[in-house]
Amino acid sequence: MNKLFFKIFTLTIGFSFLYFPILTLIAYSFNDNKRVMVWKGFSFRWYKELFHNEQILEAFYTSLKIASLSATFATVMGVMIGFSLTRISKIPARPFFIFLSSSPLVMPEIILGLSLLLFFISSNHIIGFPSSKGQLTVLISHITFSVAFVAVIIQSRLSSYDKNIEEAAQDLGTIPNMIFWKVTAPVILPAILSGWLLAFTLSLDDLVVASFTTGPGANTLPIVVFSKVRLGLSPEVNALSAIIMLIVILAAISIYLINRSNIKK
Amino acid sequence: MIKNFKKQNVWFVFTPYLWLVLFFFVPLALIFKISISVSEWGMPPYRDLFSLSENGLEINSTLGNYLFIFSDPFYIRSYLNSLSLAFTSTVLCLLIGYPIAFYVAKSKPSIRNILLIMLIIPFWSSFLLRVYAWKVLLQGSGIINSVLIHIGLITEPISMLHNHYAVILGVVYTYLPFMILPLYGYLVKFDLNLIDASNDLGAKPLNTFVKVILPLSLPGIVAGSMLVFIPVVGEYIIPEMLGGSDKLYFGKIIWDEFFVNRDWPIASALAMSGIVILVFPIIIFQLMYAKYNFRNE
Repeated sequence: MNKLFFKIFTLTIGFSFLYFPILTLIAYSFNDNKRVMVWKGFSFRWYKELFHNEQILEAFYTSLKIASLSATFATVMGVMIGFSLTRISKIPARPFFIFLSSSPLVMPEIILGLSLLLFFISSNHIIGFPSSKGQLTVLISHITFSVAFVAVIIQSRLSSYDKNIEEAAQDLGTIPNMIFWKVTAPVILPAILSGWLLAFTLSLDDLVVASFTTGPGANTLPIVVFSKVRLGLSPEVNALSAIIMLIVILAAISIYLINRSNIKK
Repeated sequence: MIKNFKKQNVWFVFTPYLWLVLFFFVPLALIFKISISVSEWGMPPYRDLFSLSENGLEINSTLGNYLFIFSDPFYIRSYLNSLSLAFTSTVLCLLIGYPIAFYVAKSKPSIRNILLIMLIIPFWSSFLLRVYAWKVLLQGSGIINSVLIHIGLITEPISMLHNHYAVILGVVYTYLPFMILPLYGYLVKFDLNLIDASNDLGAKPLNTFVKVILPLSLPGIVAGSMLVFIPVVGEYIIPEMLGGSDKLYFGKIIWDEFFVNRDWPIASALAMSGIVILVFPIIIFQLMYAKYNFRNE
């Protein structure tokens, strides 16, 4: 009995700690007062203002565009890296390739952002590309740090499954190109999907690297939100948090339901 | 291994290879170059490493930027503050996260899946907004102060923001899911019969925990600690939003040196020293840990 009590106690405290701040934020998003923490009455006022805020809407659109493009490019290259490192023996300077594909994982984002910004400025001086900082430079930077995360996921999936399937296909005369598309790709599809999703969220959530590499007309959502809450509070950001939480909760519940119906089958 | 991988498929290897050389390695080499350059007014605000003058080829390289950083306790303290923040919050995340992960993993499968979803939701939701949530809570007029005044513990609102305790709280809160999820991943595979076996053989609960459960969850502990420690070392957002001037951290120093002082060589030298002081130990630890695992298998 004592044990059960301790278990319920721990889980209650733990989950309250995780959810209390988020739920408070959602509750206060309905507060009809410019001063965020002083309750005046229930209203949808800040939701209305949020949906009329051009700056936030545009930033949201920019973020979605960069995140989906970045996730797609990073997934393609992450698969290439994962496949190369586990399946192709002759890679020039292999240890260097491993170093390149894994060290973005441990590199502090502030150093990554600084180095990319200085690189873009220098290459603009020397060859005139990129002509200015903007969505393209943010996209390139996001692809660069996301690739490593996707590559790790793909690599662990590829090294844990039975290579004999590929060898069997080879023995049966399938050409190597076909082996990848017909044998390997279907097996690692779940890893590809979770890699894409991770790269997408990494890009959507990134503030530091984007702040370094952005330029006029390329403000992502975190940049705009940060500029609003850096020095104070913003009731519109409360409303935005509530909407984002709602999207995440709905996504999580649908994944839970899909999983459960798959298990039942 | 695929033996006769076609020659025309080399692009499969070289596309990502070239990308990473161009956008990861070259930028790092560039900040190394700038870190040993001399500052000057202009654009770019540093002198070229090599220049031709009437005296022939001149090399304008200097270790001055590094000497400057390491002779100033201000910079050294910021490295130490970042390391101690990362260490403290990793330990706290482990202490808070372990029991949660353990009990979630030990729950009945039907409850476990719901709890797991509840762990993933904060993990997915925006990092910046979760930090912002604490900024709202800790305000002078915030809910925590109101409750404390209401129950009579304090009479005046106390300022809980803008100090390094608020930073630790914010870091532990935002990074806790990164600790719990890998721990859960290892604990859920754990055979509960081992605990019963250990109890039946007369081991006390503490002994069972230290000798059976802990060693078997070590990979999860290492993975979770890495996921917390590595990003916290360079953390910029949380100290900027919740911290004050009582403790400065590495991430903020680089940011200010670049955006406020516009001193590229110093910012680059700070970044390079950061890689050596903060990142290399992590890489060395990972290599040693991989070797240790390899020997034990």
